[in-house]
Amino acid sequence: MRIAVCIKRVPITGGRIVLTADARAINTQHLGFTMSPHEECGVEEAVRLIEANKGDSVVLTLGPPEAVEQLRDAMALGIDRAIHLQTDGQEWDGESTAAALLDAIRADETSNGPFDIIFFGNESADSGGFQVGLRVAYALNRPCVTGLKRVTLEGSSVRCEQEVEDGRDVYVVPLPAVLTVKEGLNLPRYPSVPGRMRARSKPVADVTPARPAPRLELVKLLVPAGQGRRAESLGSGAAAAPAVVDVFQKAGVL
Amino acid sequence: MNVLVLMEPGEPSRQALTLARKFGEPHGLPVQAVQPFAPDALAAALARAVEELDAGAVFAAGTDRGNEVMARLAARLNLPLAANCIGAAPGDPATVTRLRWGGSLLEEARLHSPRPLVTVAPHTVPADDGPQPPTIEVGSPALGDLVVRVSDHIKPTNGGISLADAKVIVSGGRGVGSKEGFAIIEELAGLLGAAVGCSRAVTSAGWRPHSDQVGQTGTKVAPEVYIACGISGATQHMAGLKGAKRILAINSDPQAPLMLNADYTVTGDLKEIVPAISAEIRRARAGRTSS
Ligand SMILES: Cc1cc2nc3c(=O)[nH]c(=O)nc-3n(C[C@H](O)[C@H](O)[C@H](O)COP(=O)(O)OP(=O)(O)OC[C@H]3O[C@@H](n4cnc5c(N)ncnc54)[C@H](O)[C@@H]3O)c2cc1C
Ligand SMILES: Nc1ncnc2c1ncn2[C@@H]1O[C@H](COP(=O)(O)O)[C@@H](O)[C@H]1O
Repeated sequence: MRIAVCIKRVPITGGRIVLTADARAINTQHLGFTMSPHEECGVEEAVRLIEANKGDSVVLTLGPPEAVEQLRDAMALGIDRAIHLQTDGQEWDGESTAAALLDAIRADETSNGPFDIIFFGNESADSGGFQVGLRVAYALNRPCVTGLKRVTLEGSSVRCEQEVEDGRDVYVVPLPAVLTVKEGLNLPRYPSVPGRMRARSKPVADVTPARPAPRLELVKLLVPAGQGRRAESLGSGAAAAPAVVDVFQKAGVL
Repeated sequence: MNVLVLMEPGEPSRQALTLARKFGEPHGLPVQAVQPFAPDALAAALARAVEELDAGAVFAAGTDRGNEVMARLAARLNLPLAANCIGAAPGDPATVTRLRWGGSLLEEARLHSPRPLVTVAPHTVPADDGPQPPTIEVGSPALGDLVVRVSDHIKPTNGGISLADAKVIVSGGRGVGSKEGFAIIEELAGLLGAAVGCSRAVTSAGWRPHSDQVGQTGTKVAPEVYIACGISGATQHMAGLKGAKRILAINSDPQAPLMLNADYTVTGDLKEIVPAISAEIRRARAGRTSS
């Protein structure tokens, strides 16, 4: 079986977001980077499915040269190889991201046959467009189920559990399919040292797509006004307990 | 100009209607018109209605259902989509303000599109209280648009208080130290009739299930009181707390972001403070029953 996973490199923003001077990006000078937890679960699921069924797993990202770090992270968890759609660091909107990923997926499928499953996150951590996976699925004319917390192969179909307000909705769709997943789908493993070593020599194919003018064009970012909280100290250590209970009583929760 | 609105039961769709009215005369397409839920059939129905009414824009609530149907419509119509907007204005181009990072950041953007497609982030704009817009007929869906459809439903299994609805939440972070360390968190939660929550550091370590996680990729909560024990307050955790009325932070580091963004703070070791609060609640209750 063949499985692809699409991941996006994003900064780990910590306790406070600081913007660049032109307010068009986050100032990442002192920040680390990661893939979204949703996508990490997609990677883990792909690795488990290939462990159980044998085959080929591929991770794709559209991002700057440094995004190869996230590709290596995915390969350290067990993905076989990577495709890096290199950018100059400028942001791409959801439409162009989907179009570029689609081209790369089609090219790979032409040489190696269709992917049975292509995993996406339900939404990217930073821009939260809620669309890239669905756009790719539509262009490939494949069913797409979103927001999944559980995925089970059933012969040539896949059973999908989608989180909804009052429980889970179940869908059964034929393969090949596109699935968008959420954190909680599984508990991703930690990369092992040998896994990290192996990842260093796994193949990364580079392509350099051209960035079209975005039709959803970012003008500037804003940090929303705080929620106006001003912390009142109730003291320190166990001695603060009576003051805490007072607060509970005033809030009417005791 | 006509505009289309995907209507779900509940407030968020009426909030979407508020922004839709700025673009034109709304017509509603009810989500329940396709039963069981089949998102491609709804997207196809919206696409047909766009043609028939020559709709200049399409709106939906930024709910899971709304976002997914609108993304499918965007793919079909080959148009851009602005998801989770808190503001939108017509024009050439249209302009929108949308949520990023689960609401920790805002984006102002231009939407270059002959027909703006917009979803409206729930509970960020007032609900429209005007008359219900006229309803559009959905027609019978094509078979191909029913491949993705709900075939079964699973009810939640745990009988406990759900995080999303809890009035009080006692939440633990990495500072709790271990899976066993959550005993004191559970004890306090039990006394308060509260739900237990946690940070991602805790779920990643396997101390608690992901269903307990609060934040951008966990559950968004709206309790009367949120008690954060040993949680630093990363933006992705705070993204889940926007609806919390009061926040009490317990942390050994007075400069932790959560301590600076709380209503009440207690500085020190949660392993002493949390049991002391439990003991104090028992004492207060005993005093009440004996007097
Ligand atoms: C895309 C993305 C999405 C994410 N989504 C989420 C999410 O949904 N929810 C979420 O929670 N995180 C999320 N995260 C992770 C987030 O960035 C933080 O890593 C995480 O919230 C940290 O958890 P923590 O506060 O428990 O741990 P830490 O940041 O390690 O903080 C531990 C705190 O405990 C305090 N402490 C230690 N010992 C004690 C003690 N004995 N007594 C009192 N205090 C003590 C310390 O002072 C510190 O403040 C996400 C990250 C990314 C990149
Ligand atoms: N630059 C990118 N490279 C690879 N995958 C991406 C990229 N952007 C988005 N995706 C994938 O598409 C999903 C949805 O993104 P979005 O539509 O931006 O919310 C993400 O969770 C990723 O799986």
